[in-house]
Amino acid sequence: MRLALALLLAICTVAAAQSGKPPPRFERNWDSLAKDGVHDPRSPAMRQLQEPREALSALPADSAGNQVRWVDALRDGSINPRSSLRPEAEVRLLETDIYMSRYGSVPAVRFPHREHTLWLDCSNCHEKLFKSKVGANEISMLRILQGEQCGQCHGAVAFPLTECARCHNTPRTPAKPRQAMESAR
Amino acid sequence: MAAPRVPRVSLILLAVLALAVPEARSEYGDVVLNRYSGKGGMRPVVFPHWFHRVRFRCKVCHHELGFEMRAGANDVRMSDIIDGRFCGMCHNNDIAWGAERCDLCHSGKPGLKSGIYGGHQTNGPGRW
Ligand code: HEC
Ligand code: HEC
Ligand code: HEC
Ligand code: HEC
Ligand code: HEC
Ligand code: HEC
Repeated sequence: MRLALALLLAICTVAAAQSGKPPPRFERNWDSLAKDGVHDPRSPAMRQLQEPREALSALPADSAGNQVRWVDALRDGSINPRSSLRPEAEVRLLETDIYMSRYGSVPAVRFPHREHTLWLDCSNCHEKLFKSKVGANEISMLRILQGEQCGQCHGAVAFPLTECARCHNTPRTPAKPRQAMESAR
Repeated sequence: MAAPRVPRVSLILLAVLALAVPEARSEYGDVVLNRYSGKGGMRPVVFPHWFHRVRFRCKVCHHELGFEMRAGANDVRMSDIIDGRFCGMCHNNDIAWGAERCDLCHSGKPGLKSGIYGGHQTNGPGRW
């Protein structure tokens, strides 16, 4: 299984490298609500609900998931979703990156706290999903693909697991298997 | 190096991935809630993540308001919503329109199972 995953990742990387430049272009395509297989086309709400195309086509483009680069949409200000309902609610942010490179067979993973805590609270991950200690979590691709660990969100609401290179985003360096670093960006 | 073989293998893998995608192509991240709706004679509820995350960060619902991050994990009753819990923390004619606009929430195809739906490459955790 691990070998198969490594092979798939290698193929994805090769394919990405070959189609690397010029930057990939893709058609974005949203089904109308009445034809999406989930909404009832006979529901009176069909005339009132917003079509995904109407809202999402204006946001930074992606090829997968909602076809929106949500991280970029926050960064460039095209959306500014509320962080809290009550003014006194505490909003916590963290800037450290965690490098995960236990496997020589795949590019290392840089997990950015910053991009995550802009959307999420610490409690969404700590301490149930991940212990907040470098190297304390045995993360495996198999469990991710089964919807655990990173796969609780990626593959459900955040960008899908088909985007291997977006997590396996760092060429391997002979560093420690786990490492926390102040975000350089 | 067996370079010429790579595209063929990757095509096969892609085909397998494509075949694994089920029929419902609703927007990525849509959640259907139908534990009680069907039995109560209503259409299932469709909750669109894409629509709400344009307006609210995840932490508002999944931290401040306390929604569990697992489809089906929140035991939501209509009476809760009218009393201002769950969806009713916002759908109260203050932050958003209120509970009397039944059809806007109860808009799903009759008979749908609860769970996360959505096209564009995966169909939720563990479903490939
Ligand atoms: C954090 C606040 C909040 C919570 C919690 C919330 N909503 Fe909403 N919802 C909104 C806002 C704001 C709108 C937009 C209202 C408007 O357009 O006036 C909205 C709109 C909607 C829409 C209409 C989308 C469209 O296409 O116009 C649906 C359907 C919906 N919500 C369902 C739900 C359901 C079901 C729940 C509970 C599972 C829920 N919402 C919980 C804030 C919330
Ligand atoms: C999306 C999930 C996620 C969120 C949200 C998150 N973390 Fe983490 N955190 C992780 C992961 C994954 C690790 C790596 C643990 C390992 O190496 O096994 C980690 C590691 C840590 C560590 C140990 C590494 C270090 O920098 O010393 C601390 C401390 C930490 N997190 C604190 C926080 C705090 C505080 C917040 C909220 C501001 C937060 N985390 C939000 C996933 C998350
Ligand atoms: C609690 C939910 C959650 C968990 C768990 C989670 N993520 Fe994310 N992640 C998000 C969200 C939300 C975004 C914003 C982008 C999006 O929605 O597509 C994101 C974005 C990212 C990005 C893109 C950052 C950028 O600059 O574009 C990377 C890389 C990433 N996650 C890696 C991981 C890894 C690795 C893990 C597991 C260690 C993980 N995530 C676990 C929710 C999560
Ligand atoms: C949401 C982020 C994310 C995505 C997307 C992702 N991975 Fe991973 N992957 C990880 C993390 C985190 C690890 C653990 C790394 C570590 O501990 O050093 C991992 C580990 C692996 C491993 C090492 C062996 C194992 O079983 O853990 C392989 C192989 C792998 N991934 C392949 C892939 C392939 C192929 C894809 C695309 C289909 C992919 N990954 C997509 C986060 C991701
Ligand atoms: C307006 C409220 C709201 C916002 C904002 C919101 N969610 Fe959710 N989320 C829900 C509801 C409601 C459910 C369904 C719970 C249920 O079925 O019991 C859910 C379910 C989930 C699930 C479980 C899916 C599954 O497969 O089981 C995940 C993961 C999730 N949300 C992640 C996120 C992420 C990541 C964000 C931010 C990008 C986010 N949510 C923003 C309300 C929200
Ligand atoms: C803000 C979204 C929303 C609105 C508006 C709404 N509902 Fe619901 N309703 C829900 C959710 C969520 C559930 C629980 C879904 C489930 O698991 O079946 C529910 C459940 C129900 C049930 C099942 C029985 C029970 O006690 O939970 C009935 C019947 C129902 N609603 C009727 C109505 C009627 C009638 C209206 C209009 C007066 C209405 N709803 C408006 C979201 C909404």
